[in-house]
Amino acid sequence: MKGLSGLLVAVCLALVAGPVGADTIKIGVAGAHSGDLASYGLPTVNAAKLVADAINAEGGIRGQHIELLIQDEECKPEKATNVATKLISDGAVAILGHICSGATKASLPIYTEANLVSISPSATSPELTQSGQYPTFFRTIASDDAQAKLGVDLALDTLGSKKFALLHDKGDYGRGYAEYARTFIEERGEAEVVLFEGLTPGAVDYSAVVQKVRQSGADTIMFGGYHPEASKLISQLKKKRVQAHFISDDGVKDDTFIKVAGPDAEGVYATGPQDVSDLELNKAAREAHVAKFGSEPGSFFEPAYAAMLALVNAIDKAGSTDAEKIMEALRTEFVDTNIGTIRFDAKGDAEGVGFSMYQVQDGKYVELK
Amino acid sequence: MEQARLNIILHELKKSVLVSLWFMFLTFPIMVIRVNTLDHTIMWRWTNMAMIGCAAFVLSFFWRWAMKKKEASAVPAKSSWPHWARQNWAGYVENKTWIYTLQGLMLLGFIILPWIVSTYKTNILISFLTYVVLGLGLNIIVGVAGLLFLGHAAFYAIGAYSYALLSKYLGFGFWIALPMGGIIAALAGVALAFPVLRLRGDYLAIVTLGFGEIVRLLLENAGSFTGGPAGISNIPRPQFFGMHLSVAETNIYIYYIVFALALVTIIAVSRLKDSRIGRALQALREDEIACEAMGIDRVGVKLMAFGLGTAWAGFAGVIFAAKTTFINPSSFTFFESAIILSIVVLGGMGSNAGVILGAAFLVLLPEYLRAFSEYRMILFATAMVLMMVFRPTGLIPARGRRYVVHDPDLDLDDGSKSKEV
Amino acid sequence: MDWQYFFELLLGGLTRGSIYALIAIGYTMVYGVIELINFAHGEVYMLGAFTGLIIASVLATLGFPIPMILILAAIVAIVYSACYGLTMEKVAYKPLRSAGRLSPLISAIGMSLFLQNYIILAQTSDFLAFPRLIPDFEFMEPIAHVFGSSDFVIVVASGISMAFLTLFIKFTKMGKAMRATAQNRKMAMLLGIDADKVISITFIIGSSLAALGGVLIASHVGMVNFFIGFMAGIKAFTAAVLGGIGSIPGAMLGGLFLGLSESFATGYIASDYEDVFAFSLLVVFLIFRPSGIMGKAKVEKV
Repeated sequence: MKGLSGLLVAVCLALVAGPVGADTIKIGVAGAHSGDLASYGLPTVNAAKLVADAINAEGGIRGQHIELLIQDEECKPEKATNVATKLISDGAVAILGHICSGATKASLPIYTEANLVSISPSATSPELTQSGQYPTFFRTIASDDAQAKLGVDLALDTLGSKKFALLHDKGDYGRGYAEYARTFIEERGEAEVVLFEGLTPGAVDYSAVVQKVRQSGADTIMFGGYHPEASKLISQLKKKRVQAHFISDDGVKDDTFIKVAGPDAEGVYATGPQDVSDLELNKAAREAHVAKFGSEPGSFFEPAYAAMLALVNAIDKAGSTDAEKIMEALRTEFVDTNIGTIRFDAKGDAEGVGFSMYQVQDGKYVELK
Repeated sequence: MEQARLNIILHELKKSVLVSLWFMFLTFPIMVIRVNTLDHTIMWRWTNMAMIGCAAFVLSFFWRWAMKKKEASAVPAKSSWPHWARQNWAGYVENKTWIYTLQGLMLLGFIILPWIVSTYKTNILISFLTYVVLGLGLNIIVGVAGLLFLGHAAFYAIGAYSYALLSKYLGFGFWIALPMGGIIAALAGVALAFPVLRLRGDYLAIVTLGFGEIVRLLLENAGSFTGGPAGISNIPRPQFFGMHLSVAETNIYIYYIVFALALVTIIAVSRLKDSRIGRALQALREDEIACEAMGIDRVGVKLMAFGLGTAWAGFAGVIFAAKTTFINPSSFTFFESAIILSIVVLGGMGSNAGVILGAAFLVLLPEYLRAFSEYRMILFATAMVLMMVFRPTGLIPARGRRYVVHDPDLDLDDGSKSKEV
Repeated sequence: MDWQYFFELLLGGLTRGSIYALIAIGYTMVYGVIELINFAHGEVYMLGAFTGLIIASVLATLGFPIPMILILAAIVAIVYSACYGLTMEKVAYKPLRSAGRLSPLISAIGMSLFLQNYIILAQTSDFLAFPRLIPDFEFMEPIAHVFGSSDFVIVVASGISMAFLTLFIKFTKMGKAMRATAQNRKMAMLLGIDADKVISITFIIGSSLAALGGVLIASHVGMVNFFIGFMAGIKAFTAAVLGGIGSIPGAMLGGLFLGLSESFATGYIASDYEDVFAFSLLVVFLIFRPSGIMGKAKVEKV
């Protein structure tokens, strides 16, 4: 039965997908390209296009051109599995994506089964690499627990915080950040958590939560979530004259946050990927983006560009499109990218990629050394 | 004569010009001005205004024409198929062999389909069939029993989480979880039905909406037991007699499971309609007080409707969890309930063929409209409103059994002497 | 018991409740006259906020003073939202007046989706910063940490508009016609009341109040996007039901009740369960007192 069905599937796939791996190397690009999270996914598509165009202009990888298979899954798990199976049946040799942790979790069992390499520029859920369940998964961004650790260390060592209010947006990402922060604070035992609460995204206002923060007497607020809730929260905190340090994650380290929150954003701390704007390759990537798309690149463009470079390099060094060889190359070969010289560890996290702490000063994020 | 015609044309033109002016005014701030509050620049997009004006001018003619047609057809004929089509169609419908052949062909088509299309298309077909099952389940509650129900996604979620939790904590397999998911969802449906039995109409709609949101929020806040917003991953796919199948093979396997489930649902629901309970439900829909006077057990029958309807949602949920292998609460929002309800209403309440067509319309259309991804949702929304305005009974309205009563005193609104039951 | 904390929560709930009440009135009035749950009502609130933002930005670049911008932007937003409400009624609900209960409901869901996507296409799907139109008043400064200037403006503005609405319904001819239509549309039409006109006016008033709420709250929290109408709409609807749907004083009371309950639930329990609490309240109310706080029980006549 299995053999028969396998044969039939193979025949069908061959009929539909055409000859696999004939003259182009197909790389899938999956993520949210429409819907409310599109702004997190589209920069990755641009990065993939830029790298692919550059490589193809030089004659491709060993004479084979790169072809991008771009698929939108709106960050929805159920669509992500559809997209994953579509990419496999279309003959992708590796995947750049997915964007959101939830969609990534839904699609990874399919890639693992098909033995297909995927590199995400933005899925930061620690479980993805640390659980060891997904051997074919890599990423060019550090995981959430690293950010929470950085935030807690800053609060305890530099700001001298004694009472923490941990808030989150009840999402996968925000709640994870707040929970890691709680673990790290309890581990160090120098301060206490006086409030741990989930906000309701989309609520009319946050005045009751703000009063609760004041009542708890917290001197430091750590918020896990994205910039829309963060700017709403910070402006209400300032309106109600709550004076507490505000530390958040890379969902908030976005220029939109400063522009929406205006003067209220001043003094806010947020972690984000290390500042690599001085690297030559990064400058070149930025300029290429402006030249081709006429705008500054958006969220996760840098890790996406680096992921694509690493992937292309690995395919080149591996000498074939065999997944085992590509993974071997990803783990052993150092590659120069726009975020530094990187390779991946056994779990799939990039070595030498980490977070820095930033603070809003005079309407700009400034990296704290 | 000429003068009169000219007057009519002028009158129509004037109407359309006014409509187009109105829409140009109405859409002015949103369509024309584009402010960038970040760098304080303003863009004036006057071409949009011209486009709106022209579009409103042309469309207003169509609108009035369609309205007139609708009003004209409302009185004599119940079906708004064109006359020739109705005649031909009726001819075919009378011919039973033709119908059986068609059904057989469709069955055959669906059976061989996964072998000829790609895994991706099989996946879409699975989604389609899942929505058919969901729609048919809801149809028992909304279409047959006439109870407004806005929380179907909650039971879909209960089914999905039943399987995920049973397999995570107790190691249950798919085939044991499938009936259990259905039973748990049905029990939850009956449990919800008990307190809300007294409510009718819109109140019921609101309570079910509230219940749907509560279930989702509880799943989100339950922390480590349900995984909270992170959801549950690595849900096992169904196994075929202990054999390990690849992703593509499992997809085809799931396709057959959901196809079989859809067939069972279709047969069960159409048998239900003609059963004692089904008749009682339809009677309750028309007049509750009269039913009670006739000795129909209102409570029992309504509970039955809720239980039967939500059980199918539970089955569909189990299959959904098995297919995606990852679930989280954001898959079961109010929007999901609205989509399932739209399938039932767009298709035609109480009609099985309508629900299938409605599911095809709402699930397959957005998938194939990917090329217009930007405009996909707005087209979908427009279609929903237009369908309701011009064909409120749905694509394929339910046709009850016809009994012809030859009674000269019986003169119904539509002038006929027969009444549909 | 910590009374200061209690009052802080009370005042916070008052602001939120006023906004709910403003939106809830639109739901309840429409339900009162045509028994339709206007799902797109939350979107009118959102459109009001967006129109206000656009007009305010244009006026700001033209160099108008702040208080004038607030007033002009609010007026234009109200006018436009009223027009949207009216058009919506004519296009999506009027043709369905005789089509049963479910069809207008689906049409309303479609309309709500349409308006959200209209904003996405014509404007943006991102969050936009809403200019701070309500200045910090000197006299509010001593209590600004609990009840700021914008809270003050929201509560006062909604109070005034609700008072006007009550007077309008009670004492004008149109108000009387509205009450008559709500009680029995057929009878009202027989008595020479133009029901279509009454329905249109109902939509206009409801939409205007929603738009006012939209501008006020957007200026309070400082941001808008296309999706703000959904949650606000569902909550306001809950408020309308709590108060007794169809009853205008009920909607006001229901809004305040819901706002205060949510505030206390967040303050004394946890904000994680804020929405669960609101919806549970709704379910409990509907089961034990389906006609709401102010509504009258309906007797089915045979």
